[in-house]
Amino acid sequence: MNYLTQRLATFPLILLGVSVLVFVSIRLIPGDAITAMLGTEAGLLTPDQRASLAAYFGIDQPIYLQYGRWLVGLFSGDLGISVTYGRPVLAVILERFPLTLELALLSMVIALCVGIPAGVLAATRNEGPADLGIRVLAMLGQSTPSFVVGLVIIFVLSVVFGAVPPMGIFTPIYVNPLVNLSQLIFPAITLGFAFAASVTRISRSAMLDVLSDDYVRTARSKGASARSVIWRHAFPNALIPVVTLSGIEFGYLLGGAVIVEQIFALPGIGRLVLDAISQRDYALVEGCVLFIALNFLIVNLLVDLAYAALDPRIRLGGR
Amino acid sequence: MRILGAIARHPSGRIGAAIIAVYLLAAVLGAFGITPHDPLQQFRIDRLHAPSTTYWMGTDLLGRDATSRLMRGIGQSFVIAFASVAIATAAGTVIGLLAAWWGNLWDGILMRVMDVLLAFPAILLALLIIAIVGPGTFTSVAAIGIVYTPIFARVVRGPALSLKQRDFVDAARTFGSSQTFILTRHLLLNLVAPLTVQVTLALAWALLTEAGLSFLGLGTQPPSPSLGLMLSESRNLMERAPWLMLFPALVIMLGILGFNLTGDALRDILDPRTQGRAA
Amino acid sequence: MSALLSVQGLRVGFGRDPQRSEVVKGVSFDLGAGQTLGIVGESGSGKSVTALSINRLVDFGGGRITGGSIVLERSDGTPLDVTKADESSLIHVRGRDIGMIFQEPMTSLNPVHTIGAQIEEAFRLNRGLSGRAATLAARDALDRVRIPDAAQRLGYFPHQLSGGMRQRVMIAMVIASNPRLLIADEPTTALDVTVQAQVMALLAELKREMGMAMIFISHDIGLVAGIADEIMVMQSGQAVEQGRLNDVLDRPQHEYTRHLLEAVPHFNGGRATRSDGKRTEAATPVVAVDDLVVRFPIARGLFRTGAGSVHAVDGVEFDLLPGETLGIVGESGSGKSTAARAVLGLVKATRGRIDIAAGRSRRPVQMVFQDPFSSLNPRLDVESLLAEPAIANGQRVDEKLRQRMMFLLGRVGLPDDALRRYPHQFSGGQRQRLCIARALMLNPDVVVLDEAVSALDVSVQARVLDLLIDLQHEFGLAYLFISHDMAVVERIAHRIAVMYAGQIVEIGDAAAVLSSPQHSYTRRLIAAVPAIERRQARFTIDATQVPSLVRPAGFEPAPPQWREAGADHRVRVEANP
Repeated sequence: MNYLTQRLATFPLILLGVSVLVFVSIRLIPGDAITAMLGTEAGLLTPDQRASLAAYFGIDQPIYLQYGRWLVGLFSGDLGISVTYGRPVLAVILERFPLTLELALLSMVIALCVGIPAGVLAATRNEGPADLGIRVLAMLGQSTPSFVVGLVIIFVLSVVFGAVPPMGIFTPIYVNPLVNLSQLIFPAITLGFAFAASVTRISRSAMLDVLSDDYVRTARSKGASARSVIWRHAFPNALIPVVTLSGIEFGYLLGGAVIVEQIFALPGIGRLVLDAISQRDYALVEGCVLFIALNFLIVNLLVDLAYAALDPRIRLGGR
Repeated sequence: MRILGAIARHPSGRIGAAIIAVYLLAAVLGAFGITPHDPLQQFRIDRLHAPSTTYWMGTDLLGRDATSRLMRGIGQSFVIAFASVAIATAAGTVIGLLAAWWGNLWDGILMRVMDVLLAFPAILLALLIIAIVGPGTFTSVAAIGIVYTPIFARVVRGPALSLKQRDFVDAARTFGSSQTFILTRHLLLNLVAPLTVQVTLALAWALLTEAGLSFLGLGTQPPSPSLGLMLSESRNLMERAPWLMLFPALVIMLGILGFNLTGDALRDILDPRTQGRAA
Repeated sequence: MSALLSVQGLRVGFGRDPQRSEVVKGVSFDLGAGQTLGIVGESGSGKSVTALSINRLVDFGGGRITGGSIVLERSDGTPLDVTKADESSLIHVRGRDIGMIFQEPMTSLNPVHTIGAQIEEAFRLNRGLSGRAATLAARDALDRVRIPDAAQRLGYFPHQLSGGMRQRVMIAMVIASNPRLLIADEPTTALDVTVQAQVMALLAELKREMGMAMIFISHDIGLVAGIADEIMVMQSGQAVEQGRLNDVLDRPQHEYTRHLLEAVPHFNGGRATRSDGKRTEAATPVVAVDDLVVRFPIARGLFRTGAGSVHAVDGVEFDLLPGETLGIVGESGSGKSTAARAVLGLVKATRGRIDIAAGRSRRPVQMVFQDPFSSLNPRLDVESLLAEPAIANGQRVDEKLRQRMMFLLGRVGLPDDALRRYPHQFSGGQRQRLCIARALMLNPDVVVLDEAVSALDVSVQARVLDLLIDLQHEFGLAYLFISHDMAVVERIAHRIAVMYAGQIVEIGDAAAVLSSPQHSYTRRLIAAVPAIERRQARFTIDATQVPSLVRPAGFEPAPPQWREAGADHRVRVEANP
């Protein structure tokens, strides 16, 4: 069966699974649902008020009916009301999400722009000094947690240069791209640091594998130049595992954003989740988790498309 | 053991194994209370003391000895990392193996469930679990274990599927060998090599995730010392007491590095492409 | 005759210390323009490394030329010592002066570029053509290698073509560069015999028409006999014998050459079949297969509804008497292996009867597989490997069982200390002996041998075949011997069934089938077998393709009609012969 149709077919299935998991998880929280929904304020309610609230929210009904209602709500964009903000969850998320998305994309661009050339360079200088240097750096990079990178950046900026990096504020890119970039560049480097290291490593090993493949030997036997062998024959094939990695790593980037936004005090969706957890704003937690998972899935679907574009064996199916 | 000798001969494996050995020693000493000072005792007069012969890595805002706290913290991190990876390995191997062996419908169901778990970025899934159960050592173990289970399931399923196609499995069928025999002797035994590599690398991720969670204040709870927490506490003091940031940062990094280096070495050593020649 | 290529004392080594680990140890030869040199040797003889040194591709595989010279006369008449040339001048030598075809057509083409783009690249690099001119030239090249619908096929990706087609694309790429020397490194080893014959015919035609010199490398001395003018026999990095083709074949001087000529399975057109064990109709068959059908449904679309199925085996029937060998011959995709696996229950039969007589043990049918590397679990020692069948049948690992293991190991010619060793410590031939010993552990009546000697070097192959015949007599075994190799089957089979596209097209006494083949496919198959006796044979190029086995849902083939061609010789009647 065609790879792409299979991916497209399982997509809604996985989405459904994700929604069930999130819904059930939130209902597993100890204490009753009203407490879960209203947080600490639930303690102020009289039993009558509780009962009418339960009826109002439909939580006196069996769980699968509740799930059905919740799911129908999801489709109309109704993720519930955030207790902390007193506004619809979706509105709060959409306000915070652009920052996180931009942060993740920016760090991805940085990582790919650094990692791919470094990996290819290392592979073509196999066992030479450049290769060894790049491998050591990549190994160190992969072993450095983002919060260490972030703290070091802040330390260097503030203690060494006496310049405090911009924190706690965010200017959208359409308001002022330059200010936006100056606010996001350090967080993006922080977030993309380890990713760049893994891109380097995977590009290097993919390139090494491909360079020993038979068709590269064929290209050489035709009289293709070293540059043509690397970029025309080997590189497109080596890119395939890099693309796969990028899809998986995008999830780590979205997750890592929680930490990076915390360090640089950026008002993105990662901070929102953390705050929501500490405020026991469960509707918001539920919404954020669902929203991030959805984005991750969409990115992976795009990765599958890119995959098909790169590899005719997937695009056209096997014999 | 042959494998330990091979690691000792591998250049980066040697460094990695040495780091892990030192950490294990520090963790054991820390667990038995053989530390320079009591990690919880507050030396009020010596608050924010710079590194010295008394306090090798300085003291924190409450006057607690950083060295002792780091040793205890390493133990804490290792316990969580090893326990969670053990859970993930066991669960992931069983799921991946059975998915590959049963195939068809069961393969589809099991792997789609794993896909659902993979749809959550690791930290986020951990946060969701912590939101439900509340933070603590046990929660961290469960959260990290669940997060890495699907990865192990995938790591096992791929090679298990190709092993299932190998002629020795068909041969076993012609003898009438039992399913259990085939699954353990023919599949699992041949999966030991890729699993060893994966376990070592997963330990590195687990350390990273644990440090991240406690950095966010959602892992090990104070006053128990933990690496991530020490680092996040150092934040506002970085100008006055940079050592409070430096040492935990180095300890976390080196620990992860140790497992990454060992994992890489193991991958080189156990690579099927070099297998026949090595032995 | 001026030498186009002159190789003197060539030495090539690998690894950190290339001098110490030499694979080629002083090889010399001259090759004149338009001449063909055949290099013959078994695996590890250094024949491929010698070839890869001539255009210095060996550098990219970690090899280093440690001594000697390779002087090539370039098209402008100037000599160039390839061993001393730098990479920038080598780029012009490759393609323009020296073209190359490799063993593995499946992996030798770049999967992400169309075959058109890959052929055009050769025209661009070596003939300076570009754009429309290159495309037209590429189409002509595909036409010349007899690829149908060339214009349309230019847009295909390699994975959309069969192995034989891909090898022809490789040849088209060589045509594009128009080199004066073509190196063909086992170009047909991965192909079926009939496809091999087509590719050989194509190479011979090109050689004639373009006046190319050729170095043809093969493990099969019979194949080399069909194309070479000169021949060089290699063993462990040295040329043990070289000279004119006829001299070497008719008057071999070196012992190894004689050994090779003896070991190579000679195909004798049914004159070398076994004389023992004549069939007696009275005996009850140990295996009787009737109307065996195996189909694999093709899943398509979201709901995996059957859009048809692959008819792997379609209405096969045969029986096997005690102590007899039935050889099943056919090419890849003919369904011979699937039929064998169905007998063992490894694939589920869609329809049909497989009757197996109750035998000496609970599992009277055992199997030996083609690949001795894949059929032994690398993590188990020999004792555990041999114990497995016994354990599976409720026996205990005790002294008695160990006695049997030792007995069988000795019987297949393995040392006693083998029990404690692991599979990777044995050679391919030894592993196959191990597999045979394992198959005999349960004292079976029937052994299915699925291409059991195909992966072995010829000299090893001959010894394993002898062993099999001995064991057959000693233990009264019946063999179901599946092979693509007519010469091997001729030596071991009492009866032969020829399979084509999932069906048996001809079955009967081995001598009868091989000496007077009746079905057109059997004739084509026999005509394609290379043999020393058919030196310089002109194969005709025919581009017949195996029909697709994918059939629409509900398709049933017409019931077979048989024609008797002798006492024990039946042929399927062809629709339009």
